[in-house]
Amino acid sequence: MTTAPSRTHEIVRILRFDRVQIVTHWVNAAMFAVLLVTAIPLYFGSLFGIVLHRHVVQLVHLWTGLAWPLPILISLAGPWGARMRSELRRFSRWTREEIIWLKMLGRVPLRADKFNPGQKLNAVFVASTMLVLLVSGAMLQWFRYFSVSMRVGATFVHDTFALAVFVVVVGHIAMALTHRELLRSMFTGWVSETWAKIHAPAWFEEDSR
Amino acid sequence: MTTPEADKVNVGRRVFLGVGALGALGIAFGNGVQNVLGTVFGTGVGGLLPGGDRFRIYSITGQYPVISPKKYRLEVTGLVDNPTTFTLSDLQALPVTSFSKTFQCVTGWKVPNVQWEGVLLSEILKKVGVQPGAVALTFESYDGADSESLTIEQAHLPDVLVAWKMLGAPVTVEHGGPVRLYVAQMFGYKSLKWLSAIRVVNSVQPGYWELNGYPVNGWLDGSVGPTNPNPELT
Repeated sequence: MTTAPSRTHEIVRILRFDRVQIVTHWVNAAMFAVLLVTAIPLYFGSLFGIVLHRHVVQLVHLWTGLAWPLPILISLAGPWGARMRSELRRFSRWTREEIIWLKMLGRVPLRADKFNPGQKLNAVFVASTMLVLLVSGAMLQWFRYFSVSMRVGATFVHDTFALAVFVVVVGHIAMALTHRELLRSMFTGWVSETWAKIHAPAWFEEDSR
Repeated sequence: MTTPEADKVNVGRRVFLGVGALGALGIAFGNGVQNVLGTVFGTGVGGLLPGGDRFRIYSITGQYPVISPKKYRLEVTGLVDNPTTFTLSDLQALPVTSFSKTFQCVTGWKVPNVQWEGVLLSEILKKVGVQPGAVALTFESYDGADSESLTIEQAHLPDVLVAWKMLGAPVTVEHGGPVRLYVAQMFGYKSLKWLSAIRVVNSVQPGYWELNGYPVNGWLDGSVGPTNPNPELT
């Protein structure tokens, strides 16, 4: 699905995210925030001292965690998910130039796609970490079915990957705050044609064909 | 100028599967990795990192019963010759035992090499005199909610401690101080916190966690019989 440049305002703009994507992003972000806030007292128990009703905190964390992948899966599944599915293809299949760009840490020129390779890597990493957290977290809840050694392993993995995804999300937020036009597009859906021509020429070309 | 699909590489899929494989490896071998990391990081600041040694603090009631060491009392009653109420200094006048052993939670986290100090439960039982017909002990907590059980045989294991020191200091209130139970060969839920009373009884009474589905005999290897088939795990 492509969107013709719209000339309603003087500035020519193109659609970066549709409503499905925007809603999915913010629901996902809100769920991440709930998981993070509830994880802190569970993880740093001895630092925070008493957390009233740890059991309640634990239940909120558990059910939010189990439901966490749903918004993204739903956004991909239906007839409304065409754009989500096309992003999935972007994240999955890379050009040789993108691989080189990432290996050189961005020091070579690139006719960038809608997302640069760093953004693509971020998306793939977060998605795969969600799966790892879901599986290891479920093992901690239904530990009876696993050996003691695997329970210890699952705890280790859950803690390590949670810390990793936290660091990555902090970086993601920092990038968003320093790239305001892109941050705005996560609310409105639109970016200027100028931005697209400069920063995502491959996408711009494809989108305006 | 767009790149033909055939020239593209499945980088995203590879990264996705790679991270997933890393997670699976961690679940399979994280236990061994943590043993190494635990030695490197210890229980200090490193204990805050994943894989470091960190206690998760549980409380059934949502609060900690705060008892000053001076007001602390341990009541031992039931099928005994001399029902006794011990003060903390009474307990400390009994033969002191200390050792370093793992605290292993049934849900998977553990803290290796925890330093424990207290009196063996068997010493207390010797002091009060267990009567014939006694089968088990019931433990009660100052939190008013938790309870635990051990058979008389389990209570005489050489690493079941009524502890007032843990991690090299008096047992803190969050860890169940001033006095808690420590059952080295079983999962952490058996090591009742804020120990207030021991009743010697004629049958095993399942405690709080047992009534919530945990095995009555919580041996560390996961077996649930009355005796430990694998005592070297501690």
